[in-house]
Parts: sequence; structure tokens; C-alpha cells
Amino acid sequence: MPVFIINRLFQALGVILVMSVLVFVGLYLIGDPTSMLVSPEATEIERQALRKALGLDQSIWVQYLTFLENAVQGDFGRSFLTGQPALQLIIERMPATVELVIVAMTFSVLVGVPLGILAGLRPKAPSSKAIMTGSILGFSLPNFWIGLMLIMLFAVYLGVLPASARGETVSVGPVALSILTVDGWQHLALPALTLGLAKAALMIRVTRAATREVLPMDYIKFARAKGLRPSRILNVHLLKNILIPIITVAGLEFGQAIAFAVVTESVFSWPGMGKLLIDSIITLDRPVVVAYLIMMVFFLVILNLVVDILYMAIDPSAREKVRD
Amino acid sequence: MDVSSMQATATTRQEPLLSIKGLKTHFATRAGVVKAVDGVDIELGRGEILGLVGESGSGKSITGFSILGLIDPPGRIVDGSIEYDGLDLVSMGEEPRRQLRGNDIAMIFQDPSMTLNPVLRIDTQLIETVQAHAEVSTAEARQRARDALVQVGIPSPDERLKAYPYELSGGMRQRIAIAIALINKPKLIIADEPTTALDVSIQGQIIYEVKQLCRKTGTALIWITHDLAVVAGLADRISVMYAGRIVETGITADVIERPLHPYTQGLIDSVPSHSTRGRRLHQIKGMTPSLLNLPQGCAFRDRCERATPECLVAPEPTLLPGGKSVRCWNPAL
Repeated sequence: MPVFIINRLFQALGVILVMSVLVFVGLYLIGDPTSMLVSPEATEIERQALRKALGLDQSIWVQYLTFLENAVQGDFGRSFLTGQPALQLIIERMPATVELVIVAMTFSVLVGVPLGILAGLRPKAPSSKAIMTGSILGFSLPNFWIGLMLIMLFAVYLGVLPASARGETVSVGPVALSILTVDGWQHLALPALTLGLAKAALMIRVTRAATREVLPMDYIKFARAKGLRPSRILNVHLLKNILIPIITVAGLEFGQAIAFAVVTESVFSWPGMGKLLIDSIITLDRPVVVAYLIMMVFFLVILNLVVDILYMAIDPSAREKVRD
Repeated sequence: MDVSSMQATATTRQEPLLSIKGLKTHFATRAGVVKAVDGVDIELGRGEILGLVGESGSGKSITGFSILGLIDPPGRIVDGSIEYDGLDLVSMGEEPRRQLRGNDIAMIFQDPSMTLNPVLRIDTQLIETVQAHAEVSTAEARQRARDALVQVGIPSPDERLKAYPYELSGGMRQRIAIAIALINKPKLIIADEPTTALDVSIQGQIIYEVKQLCRKTGTALIWITHDLAVVAGLADRISVMYAGRIVETGITADVIERPLHPYTQGLIDSVPSHSTRGRRLHQIKGMTPSLLNLPQGCAFRDRCERATPECLVAPEPTLLPGGKSVRCWNPAL
């Protein structure tokens, strides 16, 4: 087990190295960040001075090696734009995004899994067909459009929920959370719903497919032949077997949402990391982009590890493979 | 009505444990109606062992599932009656039927690698079978589970209880499935080719042990198989099934030594034995007919060496002395 975790972390290190080279070279090719930072009237001498101050006068490889040397010591550089440490910028924005995504994912699992099981149990029933049609809408309508429609309905016509920004927060240690206040929940509701609806639609489809696959299995028929109550067959024999694909997809979607909740965050002016990433790419603020992506690789590796550990909790034969 | 009181009144009469009359189980598919079971009569006494023999697609498994009420749409019992211990199983509601399943009537499936739930421990799968039918504590149910494993000859049962199915061999898994079937002391067990997926040596052991267990506990058994040789040493009586119908029934020795129906004769001639060593095995000519498109009259007509014009009309079962019954116009009498 520890060997397994260490292996995973080494793999992550490799991915981070390759990715940081790609991002470095990519942003270098796109353009010169100083042109975004100085006023158009600035003289060439001023530009040169800025380049020197930011270390951009060096060759790309020297810049990269300097970055690596600092990164190993935990320093991911400072934002070209604000001069703040890149890592600090990201960490400040992180709770807002994580909170939004956790609420959205919880919603999608709580809604998607039961509906998916219902649709899988009786595929020909009108209710099941309605669920499946709804799920097609759910993930084919663009995210920003759903967001705008929800704003129209709940914020403009009904006027019951705020349309943008994060609500009142409470500090828990260094982390500011808005899920502990009523105002926070009111602000969270629409963006979480926007993000969660498409995910719920996906969970419905995954759950339905898994249910349809497990139901014809002999062990379900055998469970019926044993005279088990239908609730026991559903909640234990079926559910435990469909959890594996559900957890796989939920894990992937969770990572995806954390790293790229940018559309929803933009529509609702949600002060999360996605907004920070887009702003940094536009201003070619390389330290922030690189630090952000490194954080995300770390996060996704940890997430995959959690998913694998959950597999082991559910699927006994997965435990065996790790032990070998 | 209360199931147990109905059974109490039923047992006072001298009735067969199971009586199936004119059972028809059809499947409505897009291509047409598949008549998987099309007129089956079975009578089974208490503690009796019946071998239900037939080739793949003859409807023997569907007959088993029909008894348990485990026919799923598009399948449906369209006609006939199944009476178990005075209870009408066809018209019975789902909840009383559930109470019978696994408690009065148990089933063993063909493929032991598929019947146990892969993500549940063996003890869970045994204990839940007890607790589905009786309000007993988990500790008591666990003790019964352990006893059941001992009964089917599983070494170190305490270790096995904590195992997952993937950790056990095929033979071991089938023993556990048998333990699950026996755990609530049913009056009838339906075994659907339970040894087909196992090694020959394990096959012999399991058949022997199941027979001993049924004799000891007085449990009636329907052993479904395509292999006549398997039931020859096991069953009291044999019913031979072809294309959804029972073509011949009789005492095991009678059926094997003096088969009446040409299909039964064909099956017996196809069994490899010492007397035919070095000779080509007999083969029944032709192929099993599609259940969607059965020939008119006797379904075996096209493959039969004794077919006559009469066979264009489907024969009804003819009862003969000695409890024999045959469905043929030209039986080998």
C-alpha cells in the first residue's frame, strides 16, 4: 500500500516536469508579457528594465532552470502583474472554488444516482423516458446558457436569489467558508445548480448504464431465488456493484470541475480559481499559470489516489491486486 | 392467507409436494412468440429426486424458473398450474412467493462463478438468506451459516466465511451456493445443471454429496441436466424434455433400460460407455428446432426414424402402467 502511494507520487512528479516545460515554452511562444504590463507609450529602455527585473532577458532555458531551482524550495515565483507570490494568489481563491464544486458534485450524485437507478430498473416506463430526455437536455445545453436562464428566473423574475458574487464568509482557521452562513448558501445556490445540473445528467446516464448491466447478472437472480426482500437486493446487491463506475466518473468530474469551473465562475462572478486562471492566461502572467497547473496536477493525482482507495473499499479483488 | 397455516392443512392430505399441470411459459419477442415451455406436467413426491433431462433450449431451466416465479418480461406463464404443498404458485402474490423462495423452495444455478455476489463476503451472503425468512440475531444466523458450510463439506469454515467469492475455487463456490440453498432447510431444491461448469472429479463428489444430503433431510430435488449419465445414479425418476414438452417420464431404471420415446433412445445411444469403445458415437440426426418455428405436430418428427403420417398431429401424454408416461404415436413398447 505505501509503495503504491509512493509510486503514484513519483508519477505525478514526472507529469509535473513535462507539463511545466510545455507551459513554459507555450507561453514564451505566445508573446511577451511586458507588452501587457507597460503603457503603450513606454520607451524601449523602460521595457528592457522591466524585462531585466522579471528575469525575462534570460534565455528560456535559463528561466526554466531558475524556476525549477526556486520551485524545489517551495517558491513558485511572483505574479508579473501584482507582485504577489503566485501560490498565495491561488490558495486565496481555492476555498471558493472547492466549496462550489463540492456542493455541485454532492447535488449531482444525490440527484443523479437515484434517478439513474430508477431509469435502469424500468427502462420502458414513461417516467424513465422522461428522466433520460431530461438528462440529454442537462448535458447538451451549454453551461453558461443554463446559468443565464437560472439568473433570469430566480434573480430577475422571482428575485429570490442573488445573481452574482460570493456571500458572507466565516473564517475557519486560514480558510474562508461561505457554506456556514445563510447568505453564503443563497449566493452559492445558482452557481452550484448550474455546475451540478450537467454533472447530474451525466451521473444519471452512468448509473442507468451500470444498473442495466448488473441487473441481468446471475447473482441478482440468485439473490431473488434466495427470497431476499427487494429493498435488500437494490440497496446492497445492486448498489454495491454499480458504485465502481459511479465513483470513477464522479472522481473524474470532480477534478474536471475544480480545475476548470471557469465558465460558471465567470457567469456568476464567482471569485474562484477558474477566474484567476483565465485572467492570468490573458495577461501572460506565467508564474501564476504554471503554479496553478502544478497545483492542479498534484490535486488530480491525490484525487485519483482517493478514488483508487475507494475502489479497494468496494471491490475486494482490487485490494488483492495492490497487495501483489 | 397465512402461508404456514395453509401448509399445515396441506400436509395432512396425501398429496404430491409439487404438481405441475400443462405449464406453458412463453416469451413474446420481436421475432415472435418463443414457446420455451409448452405443456409440461411434473409430479414430485416428498423427498423424491427427479432428473429433468434435455438438450440446451429444451425449456428445462425455464421450467425451474417458472416454479420459483423468476420469469422476467418478456417471459410469462400463459397457461397451466403449479401447485406446491397445496399452494397455487402461479396466482400467488409476490410477497408470499418471496417468503417461499429460498425458504421452502431453493435453487442452485449453473455457473458458480456468477451466482455469488462478487463484492459481498461469503458470511454476508449466507446470513442474509437466513434473515430474509426468520427473525434471528446475526450471531445466530452466523452459527447457522457455519453449520451449513460444515454440512456441505467445506474445510475450515470460519476462514471461508470471511472470504470473498474470488478467493475460492469453482467447486468451493458451488458448495457455498449449495449451502445457501440448504441453509433454511427447504422441502424442494431445484438444481439447474450445477455441476456442468466443474471438473469431472468435483462433479462426481458434489452429485454424491447432494444426494446424501437430500436423503438425510428428506428434501425433494429436481436435478436439471443435459447429461443423462449424471442423473442415472442420482434420480428416482427421470423426465425427458424436448422443445418445451416432456416426452417421457418414468422410473430411472425403466427409462434408461427400456426407453419408449425415440428421442430418449437417441440420447441413451449417444452416451459414451464401455460397450461402444472404438465405435463412432451415435448421433441424433438433424438439429434442435427453433422454438420460434416448431414443426407442426410432434416437434421431434423431422429427426425421428419412426415418424409416420400420424405425427403431424401433436401426441398427448399416454399413461402406462408403472407410473410411466410417453408422448409419442409410435413408442417402442
